Amino acid sequence: MTKTTDATALHDWQVIGRVEDIPRGGARRTQLLGQNITAQRGPDGALSVFEPDGHNRSLPTRERHGHVWTSLGKPGRELPDMPEFEEEGRRLITCGAITVRTSPLRIVENFLDLAHFPYIHTDILGVEPHTAVEDYKVEIRRPEDEIWATECRFFQPQAATSAGGGQISEYMYRVTSPFVTILDKTCPIREGAWDLIGLFVQPLEEDICDVHSFVLVFDEENSDEAMLHFQQMIFMQDRSILENQIPAHLPLDSRGEHAIPADRTSMVYRRWLRDKGLRFGAIP
Amino acid sequence: MIRLYDYVLSGNCYKIRLLLAILDLEYEAVAVDFYPGRAHREPDFLDINPLGQLPVLEDGDVRLRDAQAILIYLAAKYDGTREWFPEDPTSQGEIAMWLSFAGGEIMNASAARLHDMLGYELDIDKARAAAHDAFRVLDDHLTEREIAGRDWVAAMARPTIADIACFPYVALAGDGGISLDDYRAIQRWLDRVKAIPEFIPMPGIHLFPRASERAM
Repeated sequence: MTKTTDATALHDWQVIGRVEDIPRGGARRTQLLGQNITAQRGPDGALSVFEPDGHNRSLPTRERHGHVWTSLGKPGRELPDMPEFEEEGRRLITCGAITVRTSPLRIVENFLDLAHFPYIHTDILGVEPHTAVEDYKVEIRRPEDEIWATECRFFQPQAATSAGGGQISEYMYRVTSPFVTILDKTCPIREGAWDLIGLFVQPLEEDICDVHSFVLVFDEENSDEAMLHFQQMIFMQDRSILENQIPAHLPLDSRGEHAIPADRTSMVYRRWLRDKGLRFGAIP
Repeated sequence: MIRLYDYVLSGNCYKIRLLLAILDLEYEAVAVDFYPGRAHREPDFLDINPLGQLPVLEDGDVRLRDAQAILIYLAAKYDGTREWFPEDPTSQGEIAMWLSFAGGEIMNASAARLHDMLGYELDIDKARAAAHDAFRVLDDHLTEREIAGRDWVAAMARPTIADIACFPYVALAGDGGISLDDYRAIQRWLDRVKAIPEFIPMPGIHLFPRASERAM
């Protein structure tokens, strides 16, 4: 295992755990981009992250969106705003790190794909014969440099723990950095509101990552545990599929692959990564 | 009403859900934050099961821990046909032997899965090697059963709770980086279990074979 030389990945913020994974007086030893790191919190609550095999060089830290972030380089910008985290009445459920043996880029790409719902999340996020993905919009927003896919509509038998039955869900996908993606999704119980579901992917090595997922929802009925189980169930349905994707690294050159309209977000994502010069977990 | 203290990613909880589905029993599931919250090690849950393990089943005044014990209880109490846990001593002895195997040797595959999936610190090479030892025993046994014209783990003509007990962590082996490629009889048996009419899956167990489970 060696630390990556990929400047795009090095100089970005990366997630390394939930806030509660590093309690007062506790530590989390983990990996980031091929580098061992240790995150610890002193008795006074102060958080520090350092490279134990790099003369204990201390790294920048942030605690936002329920998680702890650091960078092996010098990030040129702050973490993206997610104002929903400050909204009254929402409940945050963080699901903890689940390790997946594939490229972090494959995790994000799979998350962006509406077309797999009826086949992998059968009777929950999709069902046959409602397999068609309607037309939607994809754009790269400047100056934030984020991918947004909007007006995605899909029939879902059980869109969330709070859903009483089938509904047409509307989705908005947002990719804020190569390993961070969230979606806004029609809230089943509150008209006009959006539930948030996100994946903060911690790139351990090029072909293995810890996925930190969360939901940030309006739900007055279900327990935290029920929502946790729902979210973990959905993610675990994807995990074994992801681990069997070949090659594990994501090819960024899409020539030679057949694209259907449903794949447009994926095409934009791959091109956006290529334009950034990202190589970690990718086949350029 | 039957109450099951449950964790969605647990193969041991799943085997209870599977038998409850087969027997068409209604129950209340109490979701426990096994991961990341480790609620099964907190005082509230230790009052329910001092071993700090899932699943636990409550039915009236009865409270049982241990997935295999729960399978016996449910099948003996609620399966009027007694097909899932027959009453004759030979069948019961044989089924008990495989229940013990499910709660013992096969659990090495569960350990490998906890390591690979949830970051548990343990000797992964040792866990995988021990799981392979167990799978070899099971594969040889199932091959002999096929030669004898039988499809299931115990000697009966029908599936029993021995199949339900052994199934989850074998089917989930890929989650722990354990390939089933070399175990052809196991692969055929997994397909037969999945074809039981009342079968329900769990996350990580697919109704279609994945690459690592597919016979060549």
